[in-house]
Amino acid sequence: MFFRLRFAPDTASTFAEQYDWLFYTTTALTIFFTILVCVLVLVFAIKYRRGQKINRANAPSHNLYLELSWSIIPLIMGLGIFAWASYLFVQTRQPPKDAMDVYVVGKQWMWHAQHSNGVREQNMLHVPAGRPVRLTMISQDVIHSFFVPAFRMKQDVLPGRYTQMWFTPSKPGVYNLFCAEYCGTQHSEMGGFVVVMDQADFQQWLANGGDDLPAAPLTMVQRGAKIFKDKACFTCHGEQDILQGPSLVGIYGQKRVLKNGETVLADDAYLRDAIYDPGKHLLKGYENTMPSYKSKAEDNNLGGLTEEQVLDVVEYIRSLRLSTPPATPGSSPAVASLTPAATVSGTTN
Amino acid sequence: MSAASDTIQDAQTKRPKSYLDNGHTVASWLLTGDHKRIAMLYLISVSIFFLVGGIAAGMIRAELVMPRGVFLENDSYNKVFTIHGVVMIFFFLIPAIPAVLGNFLIPLMIGARDLAFPRLNLLSWYVYMLGGTFGILAMLFGGVDTGWTFYTPYSSLYSNSQVGLTITGGFMAGLSSIFTGINFIATIHKMRAPGMTWFRLPLYVWSHYATSIIMILGTPVIAITIALVAVERVFRIGIFSPELGGDPVLFQHLFWFYSHPAVYIMILPAMGVISELIAAFSRRAVFGYHFVAFSSLAIAGLGFLVWGHHMFVSGQSMYQGVVFSLLSFLVAIPSAIKVFNWTATIYKGSVRLQTPMIYALGFMGLFVIGGLTGLYLSSMGTDIHLHDTYFVVAHFHYVMVGGTIMGYLGGIHYWWPKMTGRMYPDRWGKLSATLVFIGFNLTFMPQFVVGYMGMPRRYHLYYLQPEFQIYHIMSTLGSSVLGLGYLMPVIYLVWSLKYGKVAPANPWGAKGLEWETSSPPPTENFLEKPIVTRPAYDYDAEADEAEFEKLVAEGDPRAYAEVGD
Repeated sequence: MFFRLRFAPDTASTFAEQYDWLFYTTTALTIFFTILVCVLVLVFAIKYRRGQKINRANAPSHNLYLELSWSIIPLIMGLGIFAWASYLFVQTRQPPKDAMDVYVVGKQWMWHAQHSNGVREQNMLHVPAGRPVRLTMISQDVIHSFFVPAFRMKQDVLPGRYTQMWFTPSKPGVYNLFCAEYCGTQHSEMGGFVVVMDQADFQQWLANGGDDLPAAPLTMVQRGAKIFKDKACFTCHGEQDILQGPSLVGIYGQKRVLKNGETVLADDAYLRDAIYDPGKHLLKGYENTMPSYKSKAEDNNLGGLTEEQVLDVVEYIRSLRLSTPPATPGSSPAVASLTPAATVSGTTN
Repeated sequence: MSAASDTIQDAQTKRPKSYLDNGHTVASWLLTGDHKRIAMLYLISVSIFFLVGGIAAGMIRAELVMPRGVFLENDSYNKVFTIHGVVMIFFFLIPAIPAVLGNFLIPLMIGARDLAFPRLNLLSWYVYMLGGTFGILAMLFGGVDTGWTFYTPYSSLYSNSQVGLTITGGFMAGLSSIFTGINFIATIHKMRAPGMTWFRLPLYVWSHYATSIIMILGTPVIAITIALVAVERVFRIGIFSPELGGDPVLFQHLFWFYSHPAVYIMILPAMGVISELIAAFSRRAVFGYHFVAFSSLAIAGLGFLVWGHHMFVSGQSMYQGVVFSLLSFLVAIPSAIKVFNWTATIYKGSVRLQTPMIYALGFMGLFVIGGLTGLYLSSMGTDIHLHDTYFVVAHFHYVMVGGTIMGYLGGIHYWWPKMTGRMYPDRWGKLSATLVFIGFNLTFMPQFVVGYMGMPRRYHLYYLQPEFQIYHIMSTLGSSVLGLGYLMPVIYLVWSLKYGKVAPANPWGAKGLEWETSSPPPTENFLEKPIVTRPAYDYDAEADEAEFEKLVAEGDPRAYAEVGD
């Protein structure tokens, strides 16, 4: 923008810059029409007040052309704004292919973020400037909303379903992070900061395992592999399809044929369903013998998986490629050897 | 003033027995079928709820002055803003104009003896009061903390507050509003006086007709929706909560399917009032009568198709969002048509700047801002940032408070002489209207700014963002001016009941059947059945001015006597 209002929030994403153009254009229209109506009303009310000697003859009672013009002109202006705003919005729904993935879990009343190399953060999110970032988000309990005013970006975070948002941070700095959907007692305090860093700083931060966390934590894939082993998933989901269950090697991103004849894409949401509600998309040739790994707040230690753990497992399944089969069931717990497709420093997938 | 006093004396002595004289016992009020008495019962009830909601608003504003809050715990704050929203919307804004002014005026305006179903009308008041009682009980038993929107799964599984009682209260209030809608539609169809054709109806009646359609078609949906929340909460049957197999966004679709049209239940009657006021105080027929009448129906119809604009970032499909956004731009046009037509009505009028007109002009200023800031929220691109911030709070207060309450108060001041037979001091009225207008802008204009800065709604702590504080201080100062503006009419209107000048049948020189019967009207409304031969708003500003000049030339003090002073 060529001007900046003192009270305007920081402009720290590429979208925020485009946003402000639209915002100030709408503001100009609003001010124009407000002044137009207020001035006309005041001028008429004063000029024609009782006792003013002024020509009142031939006052019109209706006028079709006038009606049409003050219907159609605002409509055209409105449709212009509509088209512009919709164009911007559609962009916010289409993350670039090379976006960096960060996974976010909201719960009463904090935000967890995890980078795919395993670095975790609470109520903070570190992202590099100049690179598209895609957040895949889910809630552990009620609806929350991830809101970063400096990015002009907001997305509700739902229980039971992944939502996504993406942005390209444009300016290093520390910006407010809020929960915008009312979520109970400490809603006002469910927030923190988004830290935008230079690329190099960010890579260093990530390699160090985050500022205030122990160095070299497990990657998401590593954690997923560990869960896969701890829960003995491999008993049914091994290298090859067996009677008890299909192999998961190489399925990510593939079409799966279901028992009812439908075809579904094996994506994050499909895999999450398969863990939490195995009967939902029953695979052709299998019976529903798998228990649900759904965890509820009240029975956390009965063997279910939290949303964060599911994200880990999904990330692990995603890493399984045909060329590099998962470790044989029962082999030694050399976790690193279970993670063929990902490296500790890698941030892309 | 001798001539003026003569008229008043005449009015006093000639006044027939009014509906107020028809029994003075409590039973004669609580068992009445008279639409005018039921309107007065509603007037007292909604005023009490307005006071309750207003106190909650005052607590919110006081709490927000300091970044760490002033006197409320987290849960208490959440309960206070929920009380404010629930009470103001379900127990004040929705019934205010239809149940008080609509009840009183629709039979009078169309020349009927009463509404079509007097006992249903009385029942609607009892059901409303029962609902209100549940609402108050919910407060007394610990309050409710879901916000007036009851979003699931928070309301159905997570909140440990009186959700059940509150929902029952809201359900009852909805039933009452359905009864009112049925009554209005039947009355407007079947009970118009001879000669009162559809296009001779005052626009006020048209707007209530449109409102009643929404009440009947929309309210059952919210009733079912909140009943489903109760089912999930009590029986743990999964409808909205994913833990139990439900879908939380489904609730939002159902909720806004009613609650967006409900905004039009609140604003359409106010628009009807404004049409009456602008015409009467400009001495001009409303410009483009047909366009104004049909714009009400267009708003009622299109209003049902735009609910998804509350959900652009909720996770609903992007394509759905585009359609809802487009339809929202279309629904803005009928409102724009109304505003331009009112403006054209004032042109070449003979304008009297008395209290009701000041309220009407204030309405126009505030409604234009409220309507135009709606465009930011129906545009998907701009809504992403503004959704669930103070910008939204400011926008809907401009529409619902700046619009509906200005219309309501303007209407109360206009028809007060008809309802009570007394005049209030016009000077105090003008002062209150001015204070309300100024106080309102001081309160809510800063909220647009703080919303654009990013302050989410329903926050009472903002200690990490001290830059928000100045706007909250401005807003709170403004709200005290606004509160004073609202308090004044309570005082001088109550005062006028005993000390106000006795009102003649038609103190404003207005047209319309309600002004042709005495003030206050007799129980049967019209002693002789009226026959309508003229269109609505049969004003003549030129003749009015000629008469004025004649009075001035004769040195008649009536020329300058403002009614009520």
